[in-house]
Amino acid sequence: MSTVPSVRNNYFQCFAEFERMAAAEAPWLRELRREAFAQFCEKGLPTTHDEDWRFTSVSAIENLAFHLMLDARVSPHQIEPWRVRGAGCQLVFLNGNFVPELSLRNKLADGIEVTGLAQQFSNGARTVQRHFGRYVDLDRDSFSALNTAFAQDGAYVHIPRGVVVEEPIYLLFVSVSDALPVMSHPRTLILADENSQATIVEEYVSLGQGTALCNAVTELVAADNAVLSHYRIEREQANTFNISTLSMHQGRSANVASHSVLLGGALVRNNVHPVLAGEGGECLINGLFLGTGRQHLDNYMLVEHASPHCSSRQFYNGILDDHAHGVFHGRIIVHKDAQKTDAKQTNRNLLISDDAQIDTKPQLEIHADDVKCTHGATIGQLDEEALFYLRSRGIGEASARSLLLRAFAGECLARMKQGPVRRHVEALVNQYVLRFAHTVQTPGAQIHLAGDLGALAS
Amino acid sequence: MGALLEVADLHASVDHHEILKGIDMRVNAGEVHSIMGPNGSGKSTLAQVLARRDAYDVTSGSVQLNGKDLLAMKPEEAAWEGLFMAFQYPVEIPGISNSYFLRTALNALRKARGLDEMTAMEFLPMFREKLSLLEMDDKLMNRSVNEGFSGGEKKRNEILQMAVLEPTLAILDETDSGLDIDALRIVAKGVNAMRSAERAMVVVTHYQRLLTYIVPDYVHVLVDGRIVRSGGPELALELEETGYGSMEAGTTAA
Repeated sequence: MSTVPSVRNNYFQCFAEFERMAAAEAPWLRELRREAFAQFCEKGLPTTHDEDWRFTSVSAIENLAFHLMLDARVSPHQIEPWRVRGAGCQLVFLNGNFVPELSLRNKLADGIEVTGLAQQFSNGARTVQRHFGRYVDLDRDSFSALNTAFAQDGAYVHIPRGVVVEEPIYLLFVSVSDALPVMSHPRTLILADENSQATIVEEYVSLGQGTALCNAVTELVAADNAVLSHYRIEREQANTFNISTLSMHQGRSANVASHSVLLGGALVRNNVHPVLAGEGGECLINGLFLGTGRQHLDNYMLVEHASPHCSSRQFYNGILDDHAHGVFHGRIIVHKDAQKTDAKQTNRNLLISDDAQIDTKPQLEIHADDVKCTHGATIGQLDEEALFYLRSRGIGEASARSLLLRAFAGECLARMKQGPVRRHVEALVNQYVLRFAHTVQTPGAQIHLAGDLGALAS
Repeated sequence: MGALLEVADLHASVDHHEILKGIDMRVNAGEVHSIMGPNGSGKSTLAQVLARRDAYDVTSGSVQLNGKDLLAMKPEEAAWEGLFMAFQYPVEIPGISNSYFLRTALNALRKARGLDEMTAMEFLPMFREKLSLLEMDDKLMNRSVNEGFSGGEKKRNEILQMAVLEPTLAILDETDSGLDIDALRIVAKGVNAMRSAERAMVVVTHYQRLLTYIVPDYVHVLVDGRIVRSGGPELALELEETGYGSMEAGTTAA
């Protein structure tokens, strides 16, 4: 591997300690971890020579010796700012470890399992063994290999057949750092059985003054006819690296929406990888990234059409200020048998400073002959005509700017279902838009979306 | 009492190309002035300079609004001072609903004037009344500002905004262009309903037709950046007969 020797040794040391600690775990799991660690060592962290990482250098991660801090403890009042309303439950994870005493469980119907993943490992659950690690590509993706090598806890969500869960399931992942750089590898497995429905929110935040690497992997399996909404809200603090991978496997007529909202973090990589494995599947991949300062926000989409009559829709909007750097890499692979594929990709970007940068790259690989694939990207500044129009009506310049930025962000919010999660995201976006230069709070705390039935009355 | 709007020897240019070559104009409260002229005469430039668009360089002259220096104001400050321009080409703003936009604008004006902001409950009845004046569908109001509106709907939306914001000086920049006769009547009805002793209007138009519905007190003919003739409403009719050609000839003769 390409890391400097001391850092390389550090991963070996961490893994050796980790293995000793986890010696009592199931052989299959230990075997998988060893295999994953070997893959990681062989391949090393990606470099910008790697096509999938062309626009993102992880040298800042590569040069640090991270250590595991599995015994992180925080008090309930430190979690308080991240409590959400209207959730069916809120599970709290510190450096990937499930902490029941910080978690809230309200009203979840019978049969729904929302637990820590470690608990499932120790129960010897066959379902977990069947699915765990099956949907990530350890060979291709070093960070997923690293996560798998150190995977020991995270969330486990299982929605049984035919069950509709109304309240969102909130998973709060807190990166806790101390004096030394801390790494964590939260691992989540979401299994939605046939004809079930649920909304799952993963939110990533951080505590502590030190540097942290949160390297999360989520495997999501939507069985036939399941309907799932998945949200990833990333608002880590400025000294945290967040690498997240969401691998989704969709059955026949399964309908999955992935919403990503990247707000915080120093270097953020958001991998979304749906595999439309059954006929008639539908996938919405919706995202918003807001960067200021020197943030680097990289969105890597790998949409795999493996069955006929599936549709995928990618919509990503980015707003970048200061020296922020955004990346949108949208790869679509249409397999030979995936006839009648309907894939669409749109990436829109606003650069509001001269030094902000966006790299946007579509990549279509089509092996079937009867498909519809379109892609488009735009890069622009705030519309001066629109700004003048608003100002000529008496709206001050700073308010007009934030109004336009919120409207641009609102395109992504409008694709989220009305309800507590969207309200939560709207409030966050309103708050983060104020970090952009020359903006102020505009009247009305909410984003008012066109077509929103509440808009006239509210 | 001073004039509401006092324009004196106004020169303006774009990219060092002079478009307004010395405009003098005085508009009192309660009056409706029309500015007519051929394409490229500077009508729209005059409207835009008054609305404080920064694309134009004012090279000399002065403009007073309510006795204050309009040329020192930002667009929003001019609006707070009571100025409103109905755009020739209203801008589409995706993602902001019409009703929210209008209430935000109204409250920004009220705030600047030291008034309390209007709640949605107070805003709604007034808003509905203005909507019906302009025969506009409620449904348009929940859509994004001007997005997907027909030309006529956009122009009516401008007048709706004027009706809600109640300016003291309204400048209508070719509000009639591209309108069919029904839409023109509705727009004119909206404008006429706004005429009052406290309010003045400047109607910029290429054609005389609008002026049969909105009868002005004064007509000014703008040719090549200068007002070449001023008169009463009969001047508009004369123009309809003779065209701008004779006016240009008149300029040279004068």
